[in-house]
Amino acid sequence: MIKIKDLHANIEGSEILRGINLTVNAGEVHAIMGPNGSGKSTLAKVIAGHPSYEVTGGSIEYDVNGKNKDIQELEPDERAKEGIFLGFQYPIEIPGVTNIGFLRESFNSICTHQGAQEMEAPEFRTFLQSKLDLLEMESSFLDRSVNQGFSGGEKKKNEILQMAVLNPRLSLLDETDSGLDIDALKIVAKGVNALKSKFNATVLVTHYQRLLNFIVPDKVHVLYKGRIIKSGGKELALELEKRGYDWLIKESTEGKGN
Amino acid sequence: MSSEEMINKNKDYKYGFYTDIETEEFPKGLNEDIVRLLSKKKNEPEWMLDYRLKAFRHWKTMTHPNWAHLDIPEIDFEDLYYYAAPKKKPELESLDEVDPELLATFEKLGIPLSEQKRISGVAVDAVFDSVSVATTHQEDLKKLGVIFCSISEAVKDYPELVKKYLGTVVPFSDNFYAALNSAVFSDGSFVYIPKGVKCPIDLSTYFRINAKETGQFERTLVIADEGSFVNYLEGCTAPERDENQLHAAIVELIALDDAEIKYSTVQNWYAGDKNGDGGIYNFVTKRGNCLGRNSKISWTQVEAGSAITWKYPGCNLIGDNSQGAFYSVALTNHKMQADTGTKMIHIGKNTKSTIISKGISADESRNNYRGLVKINPSATGARNYSQCDSMLVGDKCSANTYPYIDVKNDTATMEHEASTSKISEDQLFYLQSRGLDMEKCISMIVNGFCGEVFKELPLEFSVEAVKLLEMKLENSVG
Repeated sequence: MIKIKDLHANIEGSEILRGINLTVNAGEVHAIMGPNGSGKSTLAKVIAGHPSYEVTGGSIEYDVNGKNKDIQELEPDERAKEGIFLGFQYPIEIPGVTNIGFLRESFNSICTHQGAQEMEAPEFRTFLQSKLDLLEMESSFLDRSVNQGFSGGEKKKNEILQMAVLNPRLSLLDETDSGLDIDALKIVAKGVNALKSKFNATVLVTHYQRLLNFIVPDKVHVLYKGRIIKSGGKELALELEKRGYDWLIKESTEGKGN
Repeated sequence: MSSEEMINKNKDYKYGFYTDIETEEFPKGLNEDIVRLLSKKKNEPEWMLDYRLKAFRHWKTMTHPNWAHLDIPEIDFEDLYYYAAPKKKPELESLDEVDPELLATFEKLGIPLSEQKRISGVAVDAVFDSVSVATTHQEDLKKLGVIFCSISEAVKDYPELVKKYLGTVVPFSDNFYAALNSAVFSDGSFVYIPKGVKCPIDLSTYFRINAKETGQFERTLVIADEGSFVNYLEGCTAPERDENQLHAAIVELIALDDAEIKYSTVQNWYAGDKNGDGGIYNFVTKRGNCLGRNSKISWTQVEAGSAITWKYPGCNLIGDNSQGAFYSVALTNHKMQADTGTKMIHIGKNTKSTIISKGISADESRNNYRGLVKINPSATGARNYSQCDSMLVGDKCSANTYPYIDVKNDTATMEHEASTSKISEDQLFYLQSRGLDMEKCISMIVNGFCGEVFKELPLEFSVEAVKLLEMKLENSVG
C-alpha cells in the first residue's frame, strides 16, 4: 500500500524527520508511538501533503491503480482522491459551512475522481444515516457548521465520520484518542474496526497504549528524533506502557555506538 | 471588435477593456458655467438648474472631509471632466438604434441590451460615462404603471415626482460629495412603482465608466408608493488605467406605507493594480427613507472593487414599524482601502434595523466597518441587531470596526456581535485533505463566511458575487 524510504522532512529549516523507513500493507493496522516531539504527527502530515513541511530526501511510494507511485508531487487534495485520509489531531473549524454540505462536496469530489457516481443531497442523507448510527451520532450534527462549537469528543467523532463516508484506502489517524473519555474512545474504536478490511490500511499515531486495547495493531513502531528506533508486534506497546521510552532510547543510542 | 483595445496587465479583471468610441466632453474643471452648460445640454427646466446652482455654491464653501480611516491623495477637482458622453446620442425610438459599439460593449460586460438578446427577468438601464444609453423592458413596465427610465428623462417627463422627492433623503448640504453630485450629476436611473404594484421583474442599472479623466456622478431615485415592492440591482465596472478616477453617486430610496425596496449592489469598479496604481475612488452617498408605516428598505452590497470605497448606505426609519436592513460583504485586496458600513436612524415607534457586515481583507489592504445606530427619543420600542465579522487573509492587511451607538430612548433593544478570524493555511489544508481543490476550498470558506449576506442577493447576483470573490482571493491565499 505505502512504502516510505529514508524520508527526511523540515519545517522552517529544522529537520523533523531524519530517515523514516516504513512499509504498510493492505489489511494491516500499524501504530506509531514515541515521546513528545519525536515526529509522529509530522510523519502523518507529510504523507497527507501538508504544505508547511518540506521533504528534503527520500520517497513516499503509494499504490495508485496497482502501480507504485512517488506521491510527493501530488497536492493534498490529489492524495485524498487517491484514498489517503488524515484524521486530524485538532480538527479545524469552518464557520458557516454545514457538515453535510462539506461531506457531500468531499464525497462527490473523490467519487468523480475514482469514476463513481456522485450523490444528490437526499440520497446522500440516507447514505449517511448508517455511518451516523455506527458512531452513535445524532443526525442534527449534519446541519451544524463544520467543527464549530463541537466538543473535543464530537470533533474526533466527526473525523471518523468523514473517514467512514470517504472510505479511504490508507487512514492516518493522528492522536484520535486524545481528549476522548472512555465511552467515546470505545465508540471511535468500534467505528475504526468496522471500517477495517483486507483492502485498506490504518496507521494510528498515539501516545497511549490504551487505544491499542480497542484497535489491535499488527505492528508497533517507536519514533524518536525523527527515526524509527524499534518495531515490533502489539506486545511492544504493552512493554512501553510498563517501561516507558527511556530503555529504548538508551538501547538505540548504544546500538549506534555513541 | 476592431476598435476595442484590451489593456491586459491584470488578468484578474476581465472588465478592464476600453471602448474607443467618439466622445463629447465639456472642458475640464468646474465652475458655474459648466453647471449651466450641463443643465442646458440636458434641456433641463429652470428649477433643476436652480437646484444645481444652489448645490454648487454650497459645495464651494465646503472642504474635503478627512475623518475616515483612509489615505486619499488630494483630488484636483479642476483637473476632471465633468461630462463625457458617446456622441450622436439622439432621441432613440428603439433600442436597436443604439450605437452597435455600445451594444457590443455592454454585451461583453454580460449585459445584452438588444431586444433579441436581453435578459428576460431583468430590466436594465445602461449608463455609459455620463449618460444613460439604453433602458430595456420599458414598454412592458409601463403597462403596470411602473416608471423606469434615466433620471434625465424623468426630470423632463415626470417633473412633479422628481421635484417632490429629489434631495429629500440626501440633501445637497449632507456632505462634500453629495453637494458635488447635486451640482453636476449627469444621469442615473429613476424608478417609480405605483400603489399596490409588486414589480414583476427585477430592475437594474449597470454603470460603466469608459472615458479617461472623467468623474462619474450619477443619481438614482427610487420611489415605492404605498403597498408596492421592487427588487433593484446595480452593477459597475471600469477600464484599467494607471490614473485614479472619481465616482461620486447619490442614491435615494423612498418607501411609503407598506412598501418594500430591496436594493442590491455588486460593485466591481477597477481597483488598481497590486502596487496600488490606478483604480476608482468610489465615494457614494446612499440612503433610504422608510417614510411610511410598515415600510421596509434593505441594502445588500458586495463591494469587491475600487481603489478606495467610502460609503454608508443607510435608512431613516421614520414610519412606525418600519424596518431597515444592511447586508454587506466588502472585500479588499492588493492596496485597496474600504471604509464602509451603514447608518440606521430610528425615528418612528417600533422600528427595527438589522446590520450584517462581513469584511474580508487580503494582501496589504485596509477594510473598515463604520456604522451608526441612532435611536431618537421618539423611537419607542426600537430594536437593532448588529453583527460585524472580519476575516483576514495573510498578515499585512488590516480590519477595523467602528460601531457608533447613540440611544436616546431607554425602551430600545440593542444587540451587537463582532468577530475577527483568519483564513489559515490549516483551514485550507483541512479541506484539501478531504479531496477539495484549492479553488473549491477558498470558495467554501468565503461562502461560509458570507453566507448570511449572499442569501439576501437575487440568485444570479449571488452566483456572480461568489465568483467575483473567488477570483479576487485566488492569488492572495496560499
